[in-house]
Formats: sequence, structure tokens, C-alpha cells
Amino acid sequence: MSLTEKEKTVVRDFFGKIVARSDDIGTESLTRLLVVYPQTKSYFDHWKETTPYSAPVRKHGINVMGGIYEAVGKLDDLKGGLLTLSELHAFMLRVDPVNFKLFTNCILVVLSMLFPDDFTPQVHLAVDKFMALLALALAEKYR
Amino acid sequence: MVEWTDAERAAIQDIFSNLDYEDIGPKALRRCLIVYPWCQRYFGGFGNLYNADAILSNPMVAAHGIVVLHGLDRAMKNMDNIKNTYAELSVLHSEKLHVDPDNFRLLADCLSVVIAGKMGTAFTPEIQAAWQKFLAVVVNALGRQYH
Repeated sequence: MSLTEKEKTVVRDFFGKIVARSDDIGTESLTRLLVVYPQTKSYFDHWKETTPYSAPVRKHGINVMGGIYEAVGKLDDLKGGLLTLSELHAFMLRVDPVNFKLFTNCILVVLSMLFPDDFTPQVHLAVDKFMALLALALAEKYR
Repeated sequence: MVEWTDAERAAIQDIFSNLDYEDIGPKALRRCLIVYPWCQRYFGGFGNLYNADAILSNPMVAAHGIVVLHGLDRAMKNMDNIKNTYAELSVLHSEKLHVDPDNFRLLADCLSVVIAGKMGTAFTPEIQAAWQKFLAVVVNALGRQYH
């Protein structure tokens, strides 16, 4: 299930349009991941706190969104473009890839919440495919 | 048996009391058929589903979306016994409709996205957690009678 050229345009346009709220999107998405799927907190034992909208959550949410925007810039070759990030996740972070799906669920909800008129079913489809391909690219170096 | 906190019960009841079935039901089913097009396999008799525009204007999809959303009412009214409440519907979906139970999860995900769009920031992380927990229990109950 790869992105068509049209879907790539949809993804670039949509993420371009919402870039000003990127920090909020990241904070909201990560906050929700930790609340809706509490088992994900297991990756953040080293943080002072994992409470909704707290400083470490905001900082890391912004970090993750940065990675997502990097991927938007590399839609024509996600696997190649995200090799370094994949190595990070595979050898250092060792995040179980099932969590990429959980995070995707959270970001889709946040996008719908914040941009109800722009997050049409067609945009939802393109973004969902993009997130799935992003997850695959991140898991590339796992084994 | 599923344990519900008072806050979770309140969140679910609150969502249902403000739910516009005629708006949310169609939106959720349309979104499911567009985002997960393989779900269309169950709607051969619904006419034109060839592209997003056709799905968005299809009256049978809209009508069926309302039916499916009302199907959640019984769970909301029987939150302490969802498993048994859906036994009959589970048999129907398995033996008569032959729906792959993973589709229930896909529709539930689309419903959450649509409700988030409607409620905006009122769909707080805690309310999202309660709502998705509720849907997960329903989805599980609907898949129980598959053999």
C-alpha cells in the first residue's frame, strides 16, 4: 500500500497547512498516547513525570513531530530517508513497533479534533497510509 | 467483567446524550468505507461506491450508518453486561453477514475520529480513553461468537 502521487500532494499540503500548530499537535498526541494506552508509559520511566501536557511530554511531543515533518519531506523514499531514525529506534530505543500504530491512532484523533473541516475522509486516508509507511520505515532496521 | 469508574460511565453517558445519530452515524460509516476500502466488500448491494464522492452521497450508506450507530445504544444501556448483550448480534455478524471482526475495530477507529471532530477540545484525553475503552469492549463482544 504505497502513496500515490496525488496522496503525496495531499499529505504535503495538509501538513504544510497545519505547521503553525505542530507543537500543540505533538504535545496532544503524546499526552493522549500516555493516557489512552498507559502501557506506553513504560518507555518513559526516566522522566520526572508523564502527566498530560507536562514539560517532558511537551518537549518530547515536539521532538516526535519534528521527526514526522522530516518524513513529510522525504515521501519519495521513506526507507532510505529515515535510516538513521530507524537505527535509533531499533538499537537504542527498542520501541515495540505495535506502539507506532497506537501513536498513529492518537495523532489521527488530534488532527480531527483540531482541524475538523480540513481532516476530510480523503485527507484521513492519505495521512493514515503515510503514518503506516512511516512506521514501516522506522521498523526497517529492527531485525 | 469490565470495571468502569464513575468518571468513565459519566463520559460515555455524556457522549451519547449529545449524540446526533443522523450526523455522526453516516459520517463514521462513510469514513470507514473511504479510509479502509476493503470494508466495501460487505456492501455489494449498496450501489455506487466507486469513489469517495459516490460514497459521500450514497443514501444507503447514510441510512446504514444510523442503524449501526444505534446498535451501540444497547451497550451504553448495559455497560456491566456488554458481552452477553451482544451475543445475538455477534452470531448474526458471524453466521449470516460473515463480517471479518477486524472490521469492527476499523469502524470504531473511524467513529472516534468523527466524534473527536465534532467535540473538538471537549474530547479530552480522559474522555478519549473512556470512549475507546467502551468501543474496545463492544468490538470484543461482537467478535466473541465467531467459531
